Amino acid sequence: MTRYLRLFVVQMRISVAAGMAYRADFLLEGVMAIAWMALTLLPLFVLYSGRKDVAGWDAPSAMIVIGYFLAVRAVLEGVVSPSFVDLVERIRSGAFDYVLLKPVDAQAIVSASRFEPWKIFDLIGAVVLVIYAFTKIGHPPALADLGLGLVLFVAGVLAMYSLWILCAAASFWVVRLDNLTYLLGAIFDTARWPVQVFRGLWRFVFTFVIPVAVMTTFPAMALLGRLDAATALAVIGGSLGLLVVSRLVWRTAIRSYTSASS
Amino acid sequence: MSATRTLRALPTLLRVGVAETVAYRAEFLVWILTTTLPLVMLGLWTSVAQDGEFKGYSSAAFVAYYLANLIVRNLTGSWVAWQISEEIRLGAMSMRLLRPLHPYVAFAASHLAAVPFRSVVVLPVAVVLLVSSGASALTTEPLQLALIVPSLVLAWIITFNVMFMIGSLGFYVTKTMALLNLYFGLFSLLSGYLLPIPLLPVQIRWFAEWMPFRYMLSAPIELMTVKLDAAAAAWILVAQSGWAIATLVLALVVWNRGVKRFEAVGG
Repeated sequence: MTRYLRLFVVQMRISVAAGMAYRADFLLEGVMAIAWMALTLLPLFVLYSGRKDVAGWDAPSAMIVIGYFLAVRAVLEGVVSPSFVDLVERIRSGAFDYVLLKPVDAQAIVSASRFEPWKIFDLIGAVVLVIYAFTKIGHPPALADLGLGLVLFVAGVLAMYSLWILCAAASFWVVRLDNLTYLLGAIFDTARWPVQVFRGLWRFVFTFVIPVAVMTTFPAMALLGRLDAATALAVIGGSLGLLVVSRLVWRTAIRSYTSASS
Repeated sequence: MSATRTLRALPTLLRVGVAETVAYRAEFLVWILTTTLPLVMLGLWTSVAQDGEFKGYSSAAFVAYYLANLIVRNLTGSWVAWQISEEIRLGAMSMRLLRPLHPYVAFAASHLAAVPFRSVVVLPVAVVLLVSSGASALTTEPLQLALIVPSLVLAWIITFNVMFMIGSLGFYVTKTMALLNLYFGLFSLLSGYLLPIPLLPVQIRWFAEWMPFRYMLSAPIELMTVKLDAAAAAWILVAQSGWAIATLVLALVVWNRGVKRFEAVGG
């Protein structure tokens, strides 16, 4: 276990070093993070300039959903997505052979092969946004709700990670699927809205088929103290279940890996 | 590099484009599916508008707007910036530069060849649009109907030019992906992709009027869904033509200056 921890630290250090090499990006990424946050918030402002309340969500509580959305997206774009791009490239070029030869679990290596350290700005922005929303609401979250909100954030990140691993597994069978991450990104984009805003089929799809609700809506409800224990447990159980499934699929997929080069 | 020779090469280029699209059909389908944003916004706004009109938009108006959005985006979307920056990064650009044909024409032909495939995906949607939201939110003006196709063509040209220019910036900077992200952010805000332009806050709306983005997506949608007088409809086409020429010149200038500093990485 400590071996894996050390491995992650080393890979993180290499990525930070690589990031430091392009110091001008520091400023650029900071400005971009603010611009993206503004762009993410704009539809919300438009919506709440015409309505006080949408499906039980007022503006500050919907802002908390967006806070979670920004935070999960920061993890996605900071860790999961760059590593995924790396993996697809390795499968295509055959360099994945070397990963399999290493005396550690292949999934552990590919899951954290590259970091985008600047995405920390997005994470900070998300926290600031949530704090701002709570000043609008007028009282801070209860300690228990805060704890549950954090636990569900981890569960949401795990669910998102599992979906990406499933896609990674698919790229063993269909090699040219690098743009699958764009598709997942596009679907993940819906997570910025509370799932109750959607009706009928949409809500079903976003809750159960592609569980974007698990990543943002339910954690936000927990933070607001609106989530009952049964749903919270279901969310945690669902995320862990998805993680197990993705692990099994990964192991099956890796067996059908036929090296692309010598 | 004469014009006649380019013309003679065109049928072959189109055939190659079709073959490419068929070869990478899974990838191609995924690209089409990534344009789900209009559908999501459609789900959001229709459920909001069920409790009454939202700033003058009824549920039917939102359905028509976002389905038209989906159609236009699918027909005019371009991914040439990715292709160019990949070819520059991997060195494949050298091969392309050796051919006696301007890469602008080659890329444009391969994109044109993909349009029929995109229509196959888009046409069923168009039918749903006509049946479900009916004529209530669509225009019936003969002039506007006649202008839709030219407007689509111009929107395609402007989008292609802008993407070609962004791809060519890969000759100068290595971080083209960051540029593309920035571009897409501006595009989704100012083109009407995310929200109908009339719903934007006033200051941003003013900005949107003077940027090319509106003419890449919103213009054909407006012709399909908003009742315009003849002068307003004609003005849209004039502005689109102006932007088509301006972006073409800009794209070719950026390309030509960029090629001169191209150092051909890899081989």
